[in-house]
Amino acid sequence: MTLASAIETQDLGRVYKIRDAKKKERQELVALREANLRVERGELFGLLGPNGAGKTTLIKILTTLLAPTAGWARVAGFDVMREQARVRPLINMVSGGESSGYGLLTVRENLWMFAQFYGIPSAQANQRIKELLEIVKMSDRLNTKSSDLSTGLRQKMNIVRGFMTDPHVVFLDEPTLGLDVGASRDVRAFIRRWVTEDRARTVLLTTHYMVEADELCDRVAIINQGRVLACDTPANLKRRLQRDAIFRIETDRLNGAGIETLRALPGVRSVVHRSGDARDTLEFVLARDEVLGAVINAMEARQIRLLHLDKREPTLEDVFVDLVGRSMAEVEGDAK
Amino acid sequence: MVNLKSEILNLKSLRSFRMATWLGWQIESNWTDPFLFAVYSIVKPLASALILVVMYGVITSGDFNAPLFSFIFIGNAFYQYVGAVMTGVSWSVIDDREHYRTLKYIYTAPVDYMAYLIGRGIARVLTGSFSVFITISAGVLFLQVPVQLGAIDAPLFLAALAIGIVMLAMMGLVLAGIILLIAHHAGYLGDATAGALYLFSGAIFPLDVLPEFLRPIGYLMPITYWLELLRRSLVGSVAQAFPTLAPFSNAQLLAILIGLTLLFGALSFFAFRWCDRRARERGLIDMVTNH
Repeated sequence: MTLASAIETQDLGRVYKIRDAKKKERQELVALREANLRVERGELFGLLGPNGAGKTTLIKILTTLLAPTAGWARVAGFDVMREQARVRPLINMVSGGESSGYGLLTVRENLWMFAQFYGIPSAQANQRIKELLEIVKMSDRLNTKSSDLSTGLRQKMNIVRGFMTDPHVVFLDEPTLGLDVGASRDVRAFIRRWVTEDRARTVLLTTHYMVEADELCDRVAIINQGRVLACDTPANLKRRLQRDAIFRIETDRLNGAGIETLRALPGVRSVVHRSGDARDTLEFVLARDEVLGAVINAMEARQIRLLHLDKREPTLEDVFVDLVGRSMAEVEGDAK
Repeated sequence: MVNLKSEILNLKSLRSFRMATWLGWQIESNWTDPFLFAVYSIVKPLASALILVVMYGVITSGDFNAPLFSFIFIGNAFYQYVGAVMTGVSWSVIDDREHYRTLKYIYTAPVDYMAYLIGRGIARVLTGSFSVFITISAGVLFLQVPVQLGAIDAPLFLAALAIGIVMLAMMGLVLAGIILLIAHHAGYLGDATAGALYLFSGAIFPLDVLPEFLRPIGYLMPITYWLELLRRSLVGSVAQAFPTLAPFSNAQLLAILIGLTLLFGALSFFAFRWCDRRARERGLIDMVTNH
């Protein structure tokens, strides 16, 4: 008998019907369309995309919080719509960037209570709570009321809650959102360790941090406007661009002038523009190194002063730009 | 034997109910100052009873010996359960969703959500019972409400009280289901419903006082029979002074209460399931509205 995949979706879609502010006209918002994914047991799988790409919608469907409007999804072999009672004991979820939890209960009480909901005997639950709090460096907060915790510590407590029940599949929605650098590193190390300890464990995490997806995930699906655009290992995704030449050029302030002209040059695959305080940065993906000469000539013709130039290896950000045509920040900016 | 006990305790519904009761009590009793908690539990019910007493005194020129006064006083005292239980059960949705932001974690856990909600309401039953006890005691001690310990029909009282609380918890489930679907003013739903039913349930006046076309509403509501049974079990003579339900024996009233509780319970069960499904379809389970 072959084991079912940890997660499987087929043509999964979700359309929200929303009303305008005056509640008169109903509009349709496509949050997810025809998502086909297969995540195997033991994988640490990432969903990478800007805010509003459909990542959270997908997690909500997979965790039985939301009904899809098209297609189907299975978690641990069970249909999330028809067999939710069989899915729920096998999963857990954590959303980053929020301070959930009963502030009047201590850290131990919060975690113990959730363990009870999963039917874990008290002694076992208390043992796991101690072990996990030790790993996330929170042992000294066992009997602290969770209302007295900082946002970062509260999020760590929440992460412990998600892993404490030893789920087959754990869903992490932006787990490091709002955490400082040190805490994010601890959390990433903890997630990697947890999934490596037992190859039957699976993690699906959403993130819009490229580095997080690159460092942490075995495979990554890039998602934008509800569509899964690519799905592969980070190395394979980046390999798509290795035939291209990627240059980073710093200039004085551009105020957007001439960007479209540069984009239109033959051999320029994409240009991402970032404004800084004193200088701007342009990131070029070029079909070959020789195109750079034409780019520099065009910049000189428009009197753009070149301050710094370097060539670098492709990142997942470049993959996103290659697939979407714009950077994640630009997509998010447009959405606002 | 130990295994059997742990198996039973671990049944999903029982587990959900047990933990929700514990959580509800932690929240309900979490007053930083226990003295304030006690004062609130005593002063609030007494103050609301006093308003009614004053109004009654003004209208009847102080005729506190009339059976109507005991009728009103006892009905009003026990009616506190209606708001407490219905709000206790339904408020948990708002509390978890909006305040603690835990609803999605509870919802996606292997929890019997209906049992969980009812468990969360239990703490309100306990604090509500305290308020009812204080109110009735004050009535007996200071206003000559004729409750005599030796004359109380304890089995009838306990049976009616227990059935009534189950009935109110099931009605609270319907409100909880509605709250899953709405955001605006959801917090007031429990109290608003209790207020709306106040007039038609014979809590403060016999149904005979209502216009004839409104009386069927009272006859359809299990709360009407529940309050009547509580009055009869505590002060039989007072209840018999009013003709509305006089033709019915205690057993008949109890049978009607059980029948209506089962009917409303079944309707509530399906109504909640429907609301739950709709909320999941519309993506409302974890919405945060800040209302």
